[in-house]
Amino acid sequence: MKIKWASYPYVLWMIIFIIVPLGLVLLSSLTIGEGVGLGNLGFTLDNFRKFFENEYYVEVLWASVNLALKSTVISLLLGYPMAMIIAREKIEKRNIMVLLIVIPMWMNFLLRTYAWLTLLGKNGFINTIVTKLGFEPLDLIYNDRAVLLGMVYNFLPFMILPIYSVLTKIDNSLIEAAEDLGANKFNVFTKVIFPLSIPGIITGITMVFMPAVSTFVISKLLGGGQYMLIGNLIERQFIEIGDWHFGSAVSIIMMVFILITMAITNKFDVDKEGGGGLW
Amino acid sequence: MEQTYAIELKNITKEYDGVRVLNNINISIRKNEFLTLLGPSGCGKTTTLRIIGGFEQPTEGRVIFEGEDITTLPPYERQINTVFQKYALFPHMNIFDNIAFGLKIKKVPKDEIETRVKEMLRLVNLEGFEYRSVDSLSGGQQQRVAIARALVNEPKVLLLDEPLGALDLQLRKDMQIELKNMQKRVGITFIYVTHDQEEALTMSDTIVVMDKGTIQQIGSPVDIYNEPNNAFVAKFIGESNIVDGIMHEDYVVEFAGKVFKCIDKGFDKKEKVDVVIRPEDLEIVSPDDGPIKGVVTSVTFKGVHYEMIVKGSNIDWMVHSTIMKPVGTEIGLRVLPENIHVMKKVND
Repeated sequence: MKIKWASYPYVLWMIIFIIVPLGLVLLSSLTIGEGVGLGNLGFTLDNFRKFFENEYYVEVLWASVNLALKSTVISLLLGYPMAMIIAREKIEKRNIMVLLIVIPMWMNFLLRTYAWLTLLGKNGFINTIVTKLGFEPLDLIYNDRAVLLGMVYNFLPFMILPIYSVLTKIDNSLIEAAEDLGANKFNVFTKVIFPLSIPGIITGITMVFMPAVSTFVISKLLGGGQYMLIGNLIERQFIEIGDWHFGSAVSIIMMVFILITMAITNKFDVDKEGGGGLW
Repeated sequence: MEQTYAIELKNITKEYDGVRVLNNINISIRKNEFLTLLGPSGCGKTTTLRIIGGFEQPTEGRVIFEGEDITTLPPYERQINTVFQKYALFPHMNIFDNIAFGLKIKKVPKDEIETRVKEMLRLVNLEGFEYRSVDSLSGGQQQRVAIARALVNEPKVLLLDEPLGALDLQLRKDMQIELKNMQKRVGITFIYVTHDQEEALTMSDTIVVMDKGTIQQIGSPVDIYNEPNNAFVAKFIGESNIVDGIMHEDYVVEFAGKVFKCIDKGFDKKEKVDVVIRPEDLEIVSPDDGPIKGVVTSVTFKGVHYEMIVKGSNIDWMVHSTIMKPVGTEIGLRVLPENIHVMKKVND
């Protein structure tokens, strides 16, 4: 297909803001040297070797994946029923409910996460009530659960919205047809609604898993300083240690990991939709 | 012996937010009958069908299935299957799985499903289509899959909601014949919804004409065509000339300024009535022989016949005839007494 004139600005945009920076990250990950510069331009895989040879770094990667998976599963379990409830409502009520889900996203991501600090902290809102009632203060913050909570809280809308949008597009006559053919509510769900909503689930999983696996703000704020995820590892290389080359290498590793995960989920989608409609 | 009907609707009324869409519907449908609900859009025919299928609850009245009250039974517990207007085939399943859907839910053994689905595909002329996707089928083929998917469950009653509406004319005509044959072969009750009067006349044993949520007439196609109950039915089924008339006494009616013999009786003296005459019942004669005189103002060739508009005094007559009279010709029109249908005026 010919590239039309109209597409040139976008192509330019993509080159300047996506392809060139990505190339620089790749280049940086393949070289070593001091600080910001590109070093002595001798290509080396030392940065990658450093990552995989150090058990600690690999553990950080697994911890990130583990936590991201957990938050994705929890978001799915919470988000799917939520999306279904909204999709079943009348249009006016539906719009209000969607708005309520979207409104928190208008607030800055950092602020929203900071708000949890004041809720969960040692002298936070919840613990104040708990101690007033005469109980020991609870350990609510600076642990796995707090980070998980932060992730689910921040990324849940990205699970709900795509599933909701797919569910509202399911033709009601398909549901009636299934009932007509003898399917009770449970069968209608397992045999018609759920299979037809898989594209929404895939999108939701991708949109939750990707930011969850790479987040460093949530783990930094709610996990306390000691909590290290892959995002924090990258951040620390750039901000504190100043080893851009190793930081780039970790970024590349994470990106490849995400690409692989996406490829797997997309494969799943195609398999399910099957029937040869696509190819 | 008392006859049990396949379906009886008793005093069915349906309201949406206080608006009455069905008004005291009473229909008794015999077993193996091909019954058509016919009417313009918004007349309540689809709502009636949905009440029989269980997708809507009547505000008042009962639905009786083979003598049993099923008014509150959900759709999946009724021995009734539906062919939906837009087919509603499951896009995530192939043809085989679509047709097997109902049987799988009823946990029919696998090899039995296999044979029954194959049998159905043969019935609807789609052998070898088992593993095709829904998208790869044409409208007519999808239609037949939808019918197979319903029939494979061996329902006692099959509901069809304007199933041929999306098909082109030729295919629709073929499918009409095919459906009618299928109904005779499988021997089950068909309840068919359409707004196409020709379709209704072609296929039905019984036609129920509906308008504004009320039944206008129930009868065989021939009865409904030849003896319409009122001007609405006459106008809706086929083309009609409907003119104002006055009933002088039994068997005598006046319209178009002339007095005619007719075969209707039982009206009040001087009662104002609607007189309905089918365009093909007006016979073209020489101006001196016809009680009605007029001038041809337009001629349209319709294939088998010509459609002519004849302007009389105050009335434009539609005439169907195989004899063509050119525009401007003065002609006379004659009508036999049995072809004059006198009807009570509907108040609206």
